[in-house]
Amino acid sequence: MTDNIQGALPITARNITKTYGKVHALDDVSLDVKSGEFLTLLGPSGSGKTTLLMVLAGFTRPDQGSLKFGDQEMIRTAPHLRDVGMVFQNYALFPHMTVAGNVGYPLRLRNVPMPEISQRIEKALETVQLGGYGTRQIDQLSGGQKQRVALARSIVFEPRILLMDEPLSALDKKLRDRMQIELRHLHEKLGMTTVYVTHDQREALTMSDRIAVVNHGRIMQLATPQGLYEQPANRFVADFIGDSTFLPVERHGDQITYNGMPLKTSHPVPDAASLVLMLRPERVRLATKTTKTVNEFQATASELVYQGDSYLMYATMPDGTEISLRGAIRQGTVAALPKIGDHVTLALEPSDTVLIDGGDV
Amino acid sequence: MFGWLRKPASETQVTHGQRLWLYVFAGITMVLLVTPTLIVIPMSFSESQYLEFPPKNWSTRWYEHYFSSPEWMLATVTSLKAAFLTMLVATPIGVVAAYGLHASKVKFIRIAFVLLITPMMVPVVLVAIGAFYAYVKLGILYTLTGLVLAHTILALPLVLIVTGSALKSYDMNQELAARSLGAPRWKAFLTITLPQIRFAVVTSALLSFLTSFDEVVIAMFISGGDNPTLTRNMFNALRDQIDPTIASISTIMIVVTSIMMVLAQVFGRSKADK
Amino acid sequence: MASADIYADGLRRDERLERLKLFGLSSPAILLVLVILVIPVGWLFFVSFIGADGQFSMENYERMITRKSYFRIFITTFKISLFATALCILIGYPLAYFMSQLPNRIANLCMITVLLPFWTSLLVRTYAWLVLLQKRGLVNDWAISLGLWDEPIKMVHNMTGTLIGMVHIMLPFLILPVYSAMKQIDRDLLKAASNLGASPRRAFWTVFFPLSTPGLFAGALMVFVLCLGFFVTPAVLGGGKVIMVSMKIVSNIELFVNWGAASALGVVLLTLTVLVLWIASRFLNLENIAGGGH
Repeated sequence: MTDNIQGALPITARNITKTYGKVHALDDVSLDVKSGEFLTLLGPSGSGKTTLLMVLAGFTRPDQGSLKFGDQEMIRTAPHLRDVGMVFQNYALFPHMTVAGNVGYPLRLRNVPMPEISQRIEKALETVQLGGYGTRQIDQLSGGQKQRVALARSIVFEPRILLMDEPLSALDKKLRDRMQIELRHLHEKLGMTTVYVTHDQREALTMSDRIAVVNHGRIMQLATPQGLYEQPANRFVADFIGDSTFLPVERHGDQITYNGMPLKTSHPVPDAASLVLMLRPERVRLATKTTKTVNEFQATASELVYQGDSYLMYATMPDGTEISLRGAIRQGTVAALPKIGDHVTLALEPSDTVLIDGGDV
Repeated sequence: MFGWLRKPASETQVTHGQRLWLYVFAGITMVLLVTPTLIVIPMSFSESQYLEFPPKNWSTRWYEHYFSSPEWMLATVTSLKAAFLTMLVATPIGVVAAYGLHASKVKFIRIAFVLLITPMMVPVVLVAIGAFYAYVKLGILYTLTGLVLAHTILALPLVLIVTGSALKSYDMNQELAARSLGAPRWKAFLTITLPQIRFAVVTSALLSFLTSFDEVVIAMFISGGDNPTLTRNMFNALRDQIDPTIASISTIMIVVTSIMMVLAQVFGRSKADK
Repeated sequence: MASADIYADGLRRDERLERLKLFGLSSPAILLVLVILVIPVGWLFFVSFIGADGQFSMENYERMITRKSYFRIFITTFKISLFATALCILIGYPLAYFMSQLPNRIANLCMITVLLPFWTSLLVRTYAWLVLLQKRGLVNDWAISLGLWDEPIKMVHNMTGTLIGMVHIMLPFLILPVYSAMKQIDRDLLKAASNLGASPRRAFWTVFFPLSTPGLFAGALMVFVLCLGFFVTPAVLGGGKVIMVSMKIVSNIELFVNWGAASALGVVLLTLTVLVLWIASRFLNLENIAGGGH
């Protein structure tokens, strides 16, 4: 098995629609995945992300659409002829075979000669750091190990596209965090086009080259992790990624105001009927002195939560809206924090003042 | 020794002593359930013409009578042939049907399932006279083919239920995984699914065998002539006079059943099963 | 650059073909059942409307209402089925309860006593009772030696023998679904009842028993339906004195070759069976009954 997949394929999906009765699982979805890219489909359950993955794999037949891997039209091709690797949420390992039996299965299907099979199995296992595990039984493995075997099985036949359906959701947090980084390394090493499905936004932000946020069968936004985080296209994306408070703002000609107070922003203002101001908790500061350059909000500290490495504060504004802000804890920070009931001034830099489309999606 | 009686027996802290009547009752019931089946065995070794228990004199004359009788031998062979053939026909047809119904998304599944269950719900007499009527018209009365076909539809519901329930608790994602790795549906079924529902398939085969071997009413009508079944002859013998040969045949039938059940345990157990 | 619309019709065709193929897997089975069961029984339905003269007539059905003997047969069938079901419940429920309270391994051992008769041939068990219940049979001998009664009681070739035999055959059909339902009852519920102040008896009747009723109902239903159409055991143990509908059907064919009468009886029996099942399905998922038999 080569260390680098030759010619990873781009994926071109056009106008994919799938309805179940009245429900649009996928609503005219079009998507371009670049060759060798790690793209994540991110969304809540029922958003259609898994359906889209299943369409890519060939297990769900859409009502209409076109799907190309490279130049080849694949939409009507049977799943077993698509040559894509797939990792399932619950691994779907074959319990009646050993690790080597599992990993060698796709090679046997392709009539690879026996000696080469053993070689490639061992190579694949080494790639996932399970070298020598070939003779183990599946029920002897831990969750993380099963994960890796599933991975090895899906790459051993050198597919040029890899699909993953929430593969880490069954693992505990520490293991999950580590596996995220390992998967990312593996992707960089092997270079195959990868489509990854998850509902965990942190996971998506960690691993992806680009993220497609999905909801109600449609792609809400397709951008890099930074693009999504800094400039969400709409409320849903802003809400889904990170924790934010949203404040309704009004537009008066060129000016954007909150409760009559004009806002200074260095970001472009979207051309939308209704706008909201997105406040990321870690971008809101406790102002110690007033300056003309920042946006200021007057509030009363209502709750303070100590979180070890950081603190989380809730401050209530005169109109009742609650803003959350987060800050790192260093020497002396805790002592300097306001008490509950104190008046606080919250500052927001214009570069952190992001306005987004507040309409319903 | 009787301190045990004062220990609690359940979540509600009822003691064993208070439940003694239940234990006695259950014990008697279990004895009554098993005894009639087992009592046939020693009876078959009785020398006397009149069925008696315990036998005063032991002898194997009824076995000799059975094995030396051409009529009984023919009936036995017929029953065994029919049972094996039913097993060979009903099991694949039923397992494949169960898989098709399980994997299918069509609305007709429910109707198909109910239809295939009807042989179990319809009174056997009706099935019997219906088959008799049809076989006269089709010209397959008193043939082994006709017998096997009729027994097959009796066995199908059992195969469907047993296999269907095994498929329900089976993770179909494994088939998806196999297909994503390059296996067409049928190969995925054969190499991945089938080995894992082995126990259900073997049980289905066993049930099919026993259903046919034990079947009386349908055999009464459509077997005979060159192909009488063991059950048919036994039933007629029971109605006419009480021939102790039947005791020896019964014992043999019990032995055959037990052997089949042991075989099922041996071949059916997979690591995944309890 | 193909337009997406081209792949709408093709996809539709692919989907339909796949559905057909999957459904087709069950077609041999369906074909068999249609040819050997559905069509002949359907034909019998028509035959039941043909009188002795070969013309259309309702006489087969009229006979059931007018002739006393036919009416009695239905009454007998119902009586026996009801009694047998009731006895199965009375005897089977406590045994199922007993087994449900045991640790799993011992319960499985006890289950063998239920499964062994279940797997043993029907004829063998019927024959065993025929022998046991005779005038000089085991039951009489032991009863007399134990002093239960003085003279041998006639327990075979009558209603008593038939009932005993039928109950013995039907017990596993009741015990298995009831036991399975009982095993699924959450033990913590009983602890909760106790904790809230219920005496053991109260806890049983207000918590455990109601939760076991679906299984009980399924089992009782199955027993009742099976008893209605039962042939072998009543025929042998009843000795011709106890006549059930199934036996009348058989004698109509074997002795009188009266297809009209037999079919009519069969149709009525089937209708009754379907009726009972339909009433029950209002309260119960029918698939559970089918699955509960094992």
